[in-house]
Amino acid sequence: MSAQPATSAAPLISLRDVTKVYGQGQAAMHALRGIDLDIEPGAFVAMMGPSGSGKSTCMNILGCLDTPTAGSYRFEGVEVGTLSRNQRALLRRNYIGFVFQGFNLLARTSALENVELPLIYRGIPLARRHARARAALAAVGLSGWESHSSSELSGGQQQRVAIARALVTEPAVLLADEPTGNLDTARSLEIMELLARFNSEQGITIVMVTHEAEMAAFARQVVHFLDGHVDGAQSGGTG
Amino acid sequence: MLWNALLLALREIRRNLMRSALTMLGIVIGVASVIVMVNLGSGATAQVGEQISSLGSNLLMVRTGQRLGFGQRSEAELFDIDDADAIDREVGGIAAVAPGASQPMTAIYGNRNWSTTVTGSDNNYFPVGNWTLAKGREFSPSELRAGAAVCILGEGVRKELFGSQEALGEKLRLNKLSCQVIGLLEAKGQSAGGRDQDDLVVIPLRTFWRRVAGNQDVQMIYVSAREGASTSKVQRDIELLMRERRRIAANEDDDFNVRDMKEIAEALTGTTRVLTTLLGAVAAVSLLVGGIGIMNIMLVSVTERTREIGFRLAIGALEREVLLQFLVEAVVLSSFGGLLGILLAVATTYGLAALMGMPALLDAGIMLLAFLFSAAVGVIFGFFPARKAARQDPIEALRYE
Repeated sequence: MSAQPATSAAPLISLRDVTKVYGQGQAAMHALRGIDLDIEPGAFVAMMGPSGSGKSTCMNILGCLDTPTAGSYRFEGVEVGTLSRNQRALLRRNYIGFVFQGFNLLARTSALENVELPLIYRGIPLARRHARARAALAAVGLSGWESHSSSELSGGQQQRVAIARALVTEPAVLLADEPTGNLDTARSLEIMELLARFNSEQGITIVMVTHEAEMAAFARQVVHFLDGHVDGAQSGGTG
Repeated sequence: MLWNALLLALREIRRNLMRSALTMLGIVIGVASVIVMVNLGSGATAQVGEQISSLGSNLLMVRTGQRLGFGQRSEAELFDIDDADAIDREVGGIAAVAPGASQPMTAIYGNRNWSTTVTGSDNNYFPVGNWTLAKGREFSPSELRAGAAVCILGEGVRKELFGSQEALGEKLRLNKLSCQVIGLLEAKGQSAGGRDQDDLVVIPLRTFWRRVAGNQDVQMIYVSAREGASTSKVQRDIELLMRERRRIAANEDDDFNVRDMKEIAEALTGTTRVLTTLLGAVAAVSLLVGGIGIMNIMLVSVTERTREIGFRLAIGALEREVLLQFLVEAVVLSSFGGLLGILLAVATTYGLAALMGMPALLDAGIMLLAFLFSAAVGVIFGFFPARKAARQDPIEALRYE
């Protein structure tokens, strides 16, 4: 990936009039109808909205898993819309960390091996890979759990492993798609505190989809989606 | 990248140890059966060859009567001793000629008896038939001339009558003829037809004529061609000579036959070779079925792991990396299965060979071939599922329930 970051003043992510249409003609479904969104480095953005409002589509586009039908998506100043499938994969590999609602840990695989998986794709040698994976697990408070497989961990612990796995590559942005959707309130609050701490202490940029206002309150900026439009941005609860 | 793919593939195999083992089983059995069939086949071929050469590789057998089919001959006047002398005198390229006459008889020693074949011949019988003396001596000229009551035993007869006892110098009875054991023959083992070659007693031809048969017939003449001489030429010369001596007219068929053991050997080894190829081909089908088993399991595995593949693609695994991972997984399974198959085949070959009393021959060529084929099976049958995995849309795959 030869994408060079633009000047640090520029936003990390910049969407301009992004539309996304699924299908054609009569059956066309307009998921996004022209979205403008800037995300600065170090931001903590929560995207909220009802089902079908376009927040997940926007998330997929931000994660370079999908491409906009029209409009411009610049990641660190690089236009993503024209990149090939492989180039987008490399961009994800090197700049983006993912956390999903369903954890997506490999079954019958230890926490350590789960966390080091993205580093294997990056071609990091074994010793450094293990050191970084251990450090990432320690950062999410799971020291001593390295050899436990996902079935031996609670839901909250599994999501923390997933966060460690997303952050072990030191990505430019962490994309979290309903990270607390499968957890009870107490575990959800723990996860949100963890994310908020990474954001405030280490300046990690986080973009999160949620439909719980309680969780969105941890973000510093909330973006509301409605019918494929951004309904307006406002400051979150914590400063 | 290949190293990474290998690492990921090995982790995958370890995660699903039971399924991996069962997948491999098809290849293990396929490879093992191909190798065992070919090994046993070449063992059988070698054994046939060995047995034929133990008869004497340059041996020609002259018998009276026309061969009608397997083991059947038409009746004809028997030879006499002059026929054997004539062959020895007049046909070129001959090392030795042994006239023979034989008859099934019961040999008795003490309270044991054993039905065997008694052959009357002279000392040429031994080199011509590829026999060597283990103990004792051949017939002396005076014994041959006088028709003395002496005999030389094959290992089979010795074992049955004497067991662990010393046979040399003892006297045994052949019907009413009491004769002294003067020599013991080296064991040869079973013949290609499954007959025990060591089940024989040899006595001087004159003794046979006078004390057993009561006539002076020669039933068979054994001829060994000289090293380097053409056996087919010797065969033709004998045929011409015998036609002349037996006064067979030009328009009449031979009433005797000359059999070249080398010809029989070639026909037999040719047959076993064809059988080996056939068995190997049948076994190769099972290897193919094993390959299809791998494809089947890999396809199931791709479907089952859809979400996981989606996740791998999401965190930045390239299409070709996912493809390679699944391909390597299939190849590791199939080639490891191939290795296990070779080990199984070696063990089975030795076991079966021991059971069937055959030499255990390991054909390195077929083992290498079967291994390479099993690895190729992994590539061929692993490619389709691997491509299916790699081409998935990560968003769809992540949503897959």
